Amino acid sequence: MPHDHPHDHEHGHKHDDADPHAPAPDFGDASSRWYEVASDVMRDMLIEQNVIAAREVRKQIELMESKTIQLGGKLIARAWVDPEFRKTLLKDGKAAAAALGIPVTEASLTVVEDTPQVRNVIVCTLCSCYPRSLLGQPPAWYRNKAYRSRVVREPRKVLAEFGSVVPENVELHVHDSNADLRFIVLPMRPAGTEKMSEAELAALVTRDSLIGVAPPRVSSTH
Amino acid sequence: MSDHRFAPGDRVRVLDLPKPGHVRTPHYIRQKLGRVTEYTGKVLNPEDLAYGRSSGPAVNGYRVVFDQSHVWPDYQGSPNDKLHIEVYEHWLEKA
Repeated sequence: MPHDHPHDHEHGHKHDDADPHAPAPDFGDASSRWYEVASDVMRDMLIEQNVIAAREVRKQIELMESKTIQLGGKLIARAWVDPEFRKTLLKDGKAAAAALGIPVTEASLTVVEDTPQVRNVIVCTLCSCYPRSLLGQPPAWYRNKAYRSRVVREPRKVLAEFGSVVPENVELHVHDSNADLRFIVLPMRPAGTEKMSEAELAALVTRDSLIGVAPPRVSSTH
Repeated sequence: MSDHRFAPGDRVRVLDLPKPGHVRTPHYIRQKLGRVTEYTGKVLNPEDLAYGRSSGPAVNGYRVVFDQSHVWPDYQGSPNDKLHIEVYEHWLEKA
Protein backbone atom coordinates (compact mmCIF):
# COMPACT_ATOMS: atom_id res chain seq x y z
CA MET A 1 0.00 0.00 0.00
CA PRO A 2 1.47 3.39 -0.89
CA HIS A 3 2.45 5.50 2.03
CA ASP A 4 1.34 8.92 0.99
CA HIS A 5 0.54 11.00 4.05
CA PRO A 6 2.63 14.07 4.69
CA HIS A 7 4.98 13.70 7.63
CA ASP A 8 8.29 14.99 8.74
CA HIS A 9 9.68 12.13 10.75
CA GLU A 10 11.17 8.72 10.11
CA HIS A 11 9.08 5.63 10.44
CA GLY A 12 9.39 3.18 13.25
CA HIS A 13 7.79 5.92 15.32
CA LYS A 14 5.10 5.37 17.92
CA HIS A 15 2.19 7.60 17.06
CA ASP A 16 0.27 7.01 20.28
CA ASP A 17 3.08 7.01 22.79
CA ALA A 18 5.17 9.89 21.52
CA ASP A 19 2.98 12.55 23.10
CA PRO A 20 0.00 11.33 25.09
CA HIS A 21 -1.49 14.79 25.05
CA ALA A 22 -1.26 15.28 21.31
CA PRO A 23 -4.74 15.56 19.85
CA ALA A 24 -5.91 12.54 17.90
CA PRO A 25 -6.30 13.21 14.21
CA ASP A 26 -9.75 14.09 13.00
CA PHE A 27 -11.61 11.73 10.72
CA GLY A 28 -10.72 12.68 7.19
CA ASP A 29 -7.56 14.56 8.23
CA ALA A 30 -4.52 13.75 6.17
CA SER A 31 -2.87 12.38 9.33
CA SER A 32 -5.70 9.86 9.89
CA ARG A 33 -4.48 8.05 6.75
CA TRP A 34 -1.80 6.41 8.87
CA TYR A 35 -4.48 4.71 10.96
CA GLU A 36 -6.44 3.64 7.90
CA VAL A 37 -3.36 2.01 6.44
CA ALA A 38 -2.49 0.38 9.76
CA SER A 39 -6.02 -1.00 10.06
CA ASP A 40 -5.96 -2.37 6.49
CA VAL A 41 -2.61 -4.05 7.08
CA MET A 42 -3.82 -5.55 10.36
CA ARG A 43 -6.94 -6.94 8.68
CA ASP A 44 -4.94 -8.41 5.80
CA MET A 45 -2.49 -10.06 8.17
CA LEU A 46 -5.27 -11.59 10.29
CA ILE A 47 -6.91 -12.97 7.16
CA GLU A 48 -3.62 -14.26 5.80
CA GLN A 49 -2.96 -16.13 9.05
CA ASN A 50 -6.48 -17.58 9.15
CA VAL A 51 -7.41 -15.77 12.39
CA ILE A 52 -10.44 -14.26 10.71
CA ALA A 53 -11.99 -14.80 7.29
CA ALA A 54 -12.67 -12.06 4.77
CA ARG A 55 -16.34 -13.04 4.75
CA GLU A 56 -16.55 -12.45 8.51
CA VAL A 57 -15.28 -8.90 8.03
CA ARG A 58 -17.77 -8.36 5.23
CA LYS A 59 -20.61 -9.84 7.28
CA GLN A 60 -19.83 -7.63 10.27
CA ILE A 61 -19.79 -4.51 8.10
CA GLU A 62 -23.08 -5.56 6.54
CA LEU A 63 -24.61 -6.11 9.99
CA MET A 64 -23.36 -2.73 11.25
CA GLU A 65 -24.75 -0.97 8.22
CA SER A 66 -28.11 -2.74 8.39
CA LYS A 67 -29.09 -0.92 11.58
CA THR A 68 -31.32 2.03 11.03
CA ILE A 69 -33.01 4.74 12.97
CA GLN A 70 -36.28 2.77 12.85
CA LEU A 71 -35.36 0.76 15.93
CA GLY A 72 -34.84 3.96 17.91
CA GLY A 73 -38.15 5.28 16.58
CA LYS A 74 -39.97 2.21 17.88
CA LEU A 75 -38.53 2.69 21.37
CA ILE A 76 -39.41 6.36 21.56
CA ALA A 77 -42.92 5.98 20.13
CA ARG A 78 -43.72 3.24 22.64
CA ALA A 79 -42.47 5.44 25.46
CA TRP A 80 -44.74 8.26 24.23
CA VAL A 81 -47.86 6.08 24.32
CA ASP A 82 -47.10 3.77 27.26
CA PRO A 83 -46.17 5.40 30.60
CA GLU A 84 -45.05 2.09 32.12
CA PHE A 85 -42.73 1.43 29.22
CA ARG A 86 -41.44 4.97 29.54
CA LYS A 87 -40.45 4.28 33.15
CA THR A 88 -38.62 1.11 32.15
CA LEU A 89 -36.87 2.87 29.29
CA LEU A 90 -35.60 5.62 31.57
CA LYS A 91 -34.50 3.13 34.20
CA ASP A 92 -32.80 0.60 31.91
CA GLY A 93 -32.74 1.31 28.20
CA LYS A 94 -31.30 -2.05 27.31
CA ALA A 95 -34.02 -3.96 29.16
CA ALA A 96 -36.71 -1.81 27.56
CA ALA A 97 -35.27 -2.46 24.10
CA ALA A 98 -35.12 -6.19 24.82
CA ALA A 99 -38.81 -6.10 25.77
CA LEU A 100 -39.54 -4.90 22.22
CA GLY A 101 -37.30 -7.59 20.77
CA ILE A 102 -34.53 -5.11 19.93
CA PRO A 103 -31.09 -6.43 20.86
CA VAL A 104 -28.65 -3.82 22.15
CA THR A 105 -25.13 -5.21 22.23
CA GLU A 106 -23.51 -2.27 23.99
CA ALA A 107 -22.87 -2.75 27.70
CA SER A 108 -25.68 -0.40 28.60
CA LEU A 109 -28.09 2.11 27.15
CA THR A 110 -28.89 5.19 29.18
CA VAL A 111 -31.91 7.20 28.11
CA VAL A 112 -32.05 10.87 29.07
CA GLU A 113 -35.40 12.59 29.13
CA ASP A 114 -36.28 15.96 27.62
CA THR A 115 -38.86 17.92 29.61
CA PRO A 116 -40.27 21.45 29.28
CA GLN A 117 -37.40 22.52 31.60
CA VAL A 118 -34.52 20.38 30.28
CA ARG A 119 -33.03 19.65 26.87
CA ASN A 120 -30.34 17.01 26.40
CA VAL A 121 -27.65 16.51 23.79
CA ILE A 122 -25.17 13.65 23.32
CA VAL A 123 -21.53 13.78 22.24
CA CYS A 124 -18.42 11.64 22.51
CA THR A 125 -15.60 14.14 22.93
CA LEU A 126 -12.86 11.50 22.86
CA CYS A 127 -13.86 9.58 19.74
CA SER A 128 -17.25 8.59 18.34
CA CYS A 129 -19.00 6.38 20.92
CA TYR A 130 -22.59 5.90 19.85
CA PRO A 131 -25.28 3.21 20.39
CA ARG A 132 -24.45 1.61 17.04
CA SER A 133 -26.28 -1.65 17.63
CA LEU A 134 -29.47 0.39 17.97
CA LEU A 135 -28.96 3.30 15.57
CA GLY A 136 -26.30 2.14 13.15
CA GLN A 137 -23.33 4.31 12.29
CA PRO A 138 -23.17 7.87 13.61
CA PRO A 139 -23.41 10.74 11.12
CA ALA A 140 -20.13 12.16 9.83
CA TRP A 141 -20.52 15.40 11.78
CA TYR A 142 -20.87 13.44 15.05
CA ARG A 143 -17.35 12.10 14.51
CA ASN A 144 -15.86 15.42 13.48
CA LYS A 145 -13.68 17.33 15.85
CA ALA A 146 -15.68 20.52 15.33
CA TYR A 147 -18.85 19.00 16.80
CA ARG A 148 -17.02 17.02 19.48
CA SER A 149 -15.12 19.98 20.83
CA ARG A 150 -17.70 22.70 20.35
CA VAL A 151 -20.86 21.03 21.65
CA VAL A 152 -19.43 20.68 25.16
CA ARG A 153 -18.10 24.22 25.20
CA GLU A 154 -20.77 26.20 23.38
CA PRO A 155 -23.72 23.82 23.06
CA ARG A 156 -26.37 26.53 22.60
CA LYS A 157 -24.51 27.97 19.65
CA VAL A 158 -24.07 24.54 18.06
CA LEU A 159 -27.74 23.67 18.51
CA ALA A 160 -28.74 27.01 17.01
CA GLU A 161 -26.64 26.09 13.98
CA PHE A 162 -28.73 22.91 13.76
CA GLY A 163 -31.79 25.17 13.70
CA SER A 164 -32.72 24.55 17.32
CA VAL A 165 -32.62 27.58 19.62
CA VAL A 166 -32.88 26.55 23.28
CA PRO A 167 -34.68 29.23 25.34
CA GLU A 168 -32.66 30.75 28.18
CA ASN A 169 -35.10 29.40 30.80
CA VAL A 170 -34.56 25.82 29.60
CA GLU A 171 -31.54 23.97 31.04
CA LEU A 172 -29.27 22.43 28.46
CA HIS A 173 -27.56 19.21 29.58
CA VAL A 174 -24.63 17.86 27.57
CA HIS A 175 -23.80 14.16 28.01
CA ASP A 176 -20.25 13.16 27.15
CA SER A 177 -20.32 9.49 26.12
CA ASN A 178 -16.65 9.20 27.03
CA ALA A 179 -16.48 5.77 28.66
CA ASP A 180 -18.75 2.74 28.96
CA LEU A 181 -22.24 4.24 28.83
CA ARG A 182 -24.12 4.80 25.58
CA PHE A 183 -26.94 7.33 25.35
CA ILE A 184 -30.04 8.34 23.49
CA VAL A 185 -32.37 11.24 24.17
CA LEU A 186 -36.06 10.64 24.84
CA PRO A 187 -37.46 13.77 23.18
CA MET A 188 -40.78 15.34 24.12
CA ARG A 189 -43.75 14.15 22.10
CA PRO A 190 -44.51 16.94 19.64
CA ALA A 191 -47.74 18.88 20.10
CA GLY A 192 -50.52 18.06 17.66
CA THR A 193 -49.77 14.32 17.60
CA GLU A 194 -52.58 13.24 19.94
CA LYS A 195 -54.44 11.34 17.23
CA MET A 196 -51.41 9.66 15.71
CA SER A 197 -50.87 5.91 15.84
CA GLU A 198 -47.74 4.47 17.41
CA ALA A 199 -46.35 3.72 13.93
CA GLU A 200 -46.97 7.29 12.80
CA LEU A 201 -45.26 8.58 15.94
CA ALA A 202 -42.27 6.31 15.33
CA ALA A 203 -41.88 7.85 11.88
CA LEU A 204 -41.48 11.30 13.47
CA VAL A 205 -38.40 10.22 15.39
CA THR A 206 -35.25 11.30 13.61
CA ARG A 207 -31.64 10.36 14.21
CA ASP A 208 -30.84 13.94 15.14
CA SER A 209 -33.66 14.00 17.71
CA LEU A 210 -32.12 10.96 19.43
CA ILE A 211 -28.74 12.67 19.55
CA GLY A 212 -30.54 15.75 20.80
CA VAL A 213 -29.45 18.36 18.27
CA ALA A 214 -32.95 18.89 16.87
CA PRO A 215 -36.29 17.86 18.39
CA PRO A 216 -38.79 15.87 16.31
CA ARG A 217 -41.36 17.91 14.40
CA VAL A 218 -44.74 17.14 12.92
CA SER A 219 -44.30 19.08 9.70
CA SER A 220 -42.73 17.32 6.78
CA THR A 221 -39.93 19.86 6.76
CA HIS A 222 -37.76 18.30 9.45
CA MET B 1 -21.32 -3.98 52.04
CA SER B 2 -20.58 -1.65 49.21
CA ASP B 3 -17.09 -1.58 47.80
CA HIS B 4 -17.38 1.67 45.93
CA ARG B 5 -16.08 4.85 47.50
CA PHE B 6 -18.65 7.36 46.31
CA ALA B 7 -22.42 7.63 46.38
CA PRO B 8 -24.91 9.85 44.58
CA GLY B 9 -24.76 13.35 46.03
CA ASP B 10 -21.05 13.22 46.90
CA ARG B 11 -18.99 16.23 45.85
CA VAL B 12 -15.92 15.13 43.93
CA ARG B 13 -12.90 16.54 42.14
CA VAL B 14 -11.54 14.95 38.98
CA LEU B 15 -7.84 14.17 39.30
CA ASP B 16 -5.27 15.13 36.69
CA LEU B 17 -3.33 11.86 36.60
CA PRO B 18 -0.17 11.81 34.50
CA LYS B 19 -1.45 8.76 32.69
CA PRO B 20 -0.69 8.24 29.00
CA GLY B 21 -2.48 6.00 26.56
CA HIS B 22 -6.12 5.06 26.22
CA VAL B 23 -7.46 7.15 29.09
CA ARG B 24 -11.15 8.01 29.13
CA THR B 25 -10.97 11.16 31.24
CA PRO B 26 -10.83 14.16 28.89
CA HIS B 27 -8.55 17.02 29.80
CA TYR B 28 -11.30 19.61 29.91
CA ILE B 29 -12.87 17.99 32.96
CA ARG B 30 -9.72 17.43 35.02
CA GLN B 31 -9.48 19.23 38.36
CA LYS B 32 -13.10 20.33 38.02
CA LEU B 33 -15.55 19.99 40.88
CA GLY B 34 -18.72 18.01 40.33
CA ARG B 35 -21.37 15.91 42.01
CA VAL B 36 -21.91 12.16 41.66
CA THR B 37 -25.35 11.38 40.24
CA GLU B 38 -25.10 7.63 39.78
CA TYR B 39 -22.90 4.64 40.48
CA THR B 40 -22.69 2.88 37.13
CA GLY B 41 -21.14 -0.38 38.29
CA LYS B 42 -17.91 -2.22 37.66
CA VAL B 43 -16.23 -2.53 34.30
CA LEU B 44 -12.87 -3.73 33.12
CA ASN B 45 -10.64 -0.69 32.87
CA PRO B 46 -10.40 0.53 29.25
CA GLU B 47 -6.96 1.91 30.14
CA ASP B 48 -5.84 -1.74 30.48
CA LEU B 49 -8.13 -3.37 27.92
CA ALA B 50 -6.73 -1.21 25.14
CA TYR B 51 -3.38 -2.94 25.65
CA GLY B 52 -4.69 -6.48 25.92
CA ARG B 53 -4.71 -6.63 29.72
CA SER B 54 -8.14 -8.16 30.12
CA SER B 55 -7.81 -10.00 33.42
CA GLY B 56 -8.89 -7.09 35.57
CA PRO B 57 -9.30 -5.84 38.18
CA ALA B 58 -12.63 -4.23 37.36
CA VAL B 59 -13.03 -0.58 38.31
CA ASN B 60 -16.01 1.37 39.63
CA GLY B 61 -17.62 3.96 37.41
CA TYR B 62 -19.75 6.98 38.21
CA ARG B 63 -21.80 9.53 36.38
CA VAL B 64 -20.76 12.98 37.53
CA VAL B 65 -22.49 16.27 36.80
CA PHE B 66 -20.79 19.66 36.53
CA ASP B 67 -22.00 23.22 36.15
CA GLN B 68 -21.04 24.39 32.69
CA SER B 69 -20.21 27.82 34.11
CA HIS B 70 -17.59 26.10 36.31
CA VAL B 71 -16.15 23.91 33.54
CA TRP B 72 -15.80 26.84 31.14
CA PRO B 73 -15.19 30.18 32.90
CA ASP B 74 -16.32 32.05 29.76
CA TYR B 75 -19.39 29.84 29.25
CA GLN B 76 -22.27 31.50 27.43
CA GLY B 77 -25.67 30.14 28.34
CA SER B 78 -27.93 29.52 31.29
CA PRO B 79 -26.27 29.29 34.73
CA ASN B 80 -28.22 26.04 35.12
CA ASP B 81 -26.66 24.32 32.08
CA LYS B 82 -24.92 21.06 32.96
CA LEU B 83 -22.25 18.70 31.71
CA HIS B 84 -22.59 14.98 32.51
CA ILE B 85 -19.68 12.60 32.13
CA GLU B 86 -18.62 9.15 33.29
CA VAL B 87 -15.51 8.93 35.46
CA TYR B 88 -13.76 5.88 36.90
CA GLU B 89 -13.13 5.81 40.62
CA HIS B 90 -9.33 6.17 40.47
CA TRP B 91 -9.80 9.52 38.70
CA LEU B 92 -11.90 10.97 41.56
CA GLU B 93 -11.28 12.36 45.02
CA LYS B 94 -13.69 13.67 47.64
CA ALA B 95 -14.10 17.42 47.46
